[in-house]
Amino acid sequence: MISEFEKFKRFKAKNLPKEELLAPGHRACQGCGEVLALRMAMKALGKNVIVCMATGCMEIITTPYPQTSWKVPWIHIAFENPASVASGIESALKVLRRKGKVPKKHIDIVAMGGDGSTSDIGIGWISGALERGHDFTYICLDNEAYMNTGVQRSSCTPYGAMTTTSPPGKKSFGQVTWKKNMPGIAVAHNIPYVATASPAYFLDLMNKVKKAALVKGPAYIHIYSPCPTGWGSAPERSIEFAKLVVETRVFPLYEVIEGRYVMSRKITKPKPVQEYLKGQRRFRHLDEEHIAYIQQRVNADYEKLIRLSEMT
Amino acid sequence: MSKRVGIEVSIALAEAVKLANVDVIAAYPITPQTHIVEHLSKVVADGEVDAEFVPVESEHGAMSCCCGSSAAGARTFTSSSSQGLLLMSEILFIPGPMRLPIVMAVVDRALSAPISIWNDHQDIMSQRDVGWIQTFAENGQEAFDLTLHAFRVAEDRRVSLPMMVNIDGFTLSHVVEAVELLSQEEVDQYLPPFKPRYRMDPRKPITMGPVGIPEVYSEAKVAHNEALKASRKVILQGWKEFADLFGRQYNPVETYRSEDAEVLLVTMGSISETAMTAIDTMREKGQKVGLIRIRLWRPFPGPEFRKAAGKAKMLAVVDRCLPPGAVCGPVGTELRSLFYKVPGAPKIFNFIAGLGGRDVTVERFEEMVDKARAFAKRRPKELYEVIGVREK
Repeated sequence: MISEFEKFKRFKAKNLPKEELLAPGHRACQGCGEVLALRMAMKALGKNVIVCMATGCMEIITTPYPQTSWKVPWIHIAFENPASVASGIESALKVLRRKGKVPKKHIDIVAMGGDGSTSDIGIGWISGALERGHDFTYICLDNEAYMNTGVQRSSCTPYGAMTTTSPPGKKSFGQVTWKKNMPGIAVAHNIPYVATASPAYFLDLMNKVKKAALVKGPAYIHIYSPCPTGWGSAPERSIEFAKLVVETRVFPLYEVIEGRYVMSRKITKPKPVQEYLKGQRRFRHLDEEHIAYIQQRVNADYEKLIRLSEMT
Repeated sequence: MSKRVGIEVSIALAEAVKLANVDVIAAYPITPQTHIVEHLSKVVADGEVDAEFVPVESEHGAMSCCCGSSAAGARTFTSSSSQGLLLMSEILFIPGPMRLPIVMAVVDRALSAPISIWNDHQDIMSQRDVGWIQTFAENGQEAFDLTLHAFRVAEDRRVSLPMMVNIDGFTLSHVVEAVELLSQEEVDQYLPPFKPRYRMDPRKPITMGPVGIPEVYSEAKVAHNEALKASRKVILQGWKEFADLFGRQYNPVETYRSEDAEVLLVTMGSISETAMTAIDTMREKGQKVGLIRIRLWRPFPGPEFRKAAGKAKMLAVVDRCLPPGAVCGPVGTELRSLFYKVPGAPKIFNFIAGLGGRDVTVERFEEMVDKARAFAKRRPKELYEVIGVREK
């Protein structure tokens, strides 16, 4: 068991931190599930943190100079490299502490990126930082496509989804590949803590972020982040989709603690995937055959996950 | 007290980094830079310097890591070369405007294709406009001294800019030379601790690297350019104090036998030593030739260069880089701009030589001077000539 978890006090609805470290007034779209997840993550992390952020929606909406939403130290260098920037900050603080040039107090270092930054362009940088064992948390805010550039497919875009670079047509049905298993890739680095989260389960999300920050060494959190603009879904339904995605087993919630898979929420009576797919324009074109295929793969993936949780 | 030793130039440069009491080194190996990072890994492993060596997964990761480290307030060093320098290119443009005083040793090497591990300046010239202060060392002593100077200038609060020291791959990096290594006390006397004005600190949160909307972008770019130009004063002051303490005076450009010269060779880096030998040979034959060597490449020392050119009639400018389809090589272009419509300006001829490790010999320099004289009488078709290329 991870010893840092002994001192961990769970967030409850009653003891939610009041302070907003991400100030309102930013430029996120209506119903943005990503900025909501980010706000919760920041509440969980608290003030004693340094945030390294990739280029992307969250970066541009929070820092149009001379304004900033950030009440904690925040740095953006480029698109693919927040994990490397975090490596540099972590290494710097380690040596500066040793040399007595900064206070001894621990500071949480968090790198964040979208799904494109994380699963495509920045995967090597993340792999490097996880492998080197830096004491930091990587948070992937996954809205399942390159939304900041206008909804292009990434390797985290789900099967069948329409994006501007995976358009359905006479010879295509949208995204032809299955979503990349980023949490699994993080687990393969033998890091102490990996988890998935959804903003519909906000206490679960916050507790996981806090645990990730507490753990010594690298931690990885993959957060499902609804994007009404990119998905063609109603802004007021973002939380509903964030719930449905879990209830249909499309995005299961789990932790991997020192290699042991722990289901956060077992879905014993799953809703059909169709309930999740409908109401999102990106899936509108899918026929029954494709939906049946999605259902079949979702079932298989979920069963595999359950087996992993029983094995470990 | 300083001591004079026979030492490989890469190791001497790495020793300077160690003596600077560096905090973080993030680097990825590439020939011919490897000896620098190997030595730094060793001195960290042996506890000779209390630093973190981050063995990053790529050069892009190295420069990204350096940005984070510098923003956190650590004295930060990296080194790269050629393809590696180009892999970090995207990030090289960022610490300048963000005012992060990273120091880097660039071990100059040719670019692919065809792949070549040998020396020229195509790598650094392709990164000319990254907005760093850039110096070029001629020999081992300079490589050592300029590295210490780089930390001092880059981290000076009036500057706060990244700075690179260029050394030629193999022909300088891998040779053993006599170098006077300064003692720790001497270095401490010259180089104050790094005290950044801003750093990532939860007690004083700041936002670094925000979006530059059209209303502020131009101002940000101009502010960076102004800072780079203004660094000149601190660069000179850094060299003057170095001379006061240790007796070695460095200048933005150096001249050799230039006083009454009609033709001046213009060089950068280690080939300058061969050029001086060539000048001695030509002087013996009664030719009025001399040399200008550019040490400070960015910010370009225009006034110093014009003064150094004096009353020379011709400049034979040597570039170690062939920019395909361009009017001239990068140094040639720079000097043509500098002297454009200046009354009494020398005629400028550009020679591209020493690509991918091709030796630039004494005879080649003599050939350049002869050609410059000939071109002064009869204007050539092109503004540059590539020297020493086999036709068959």
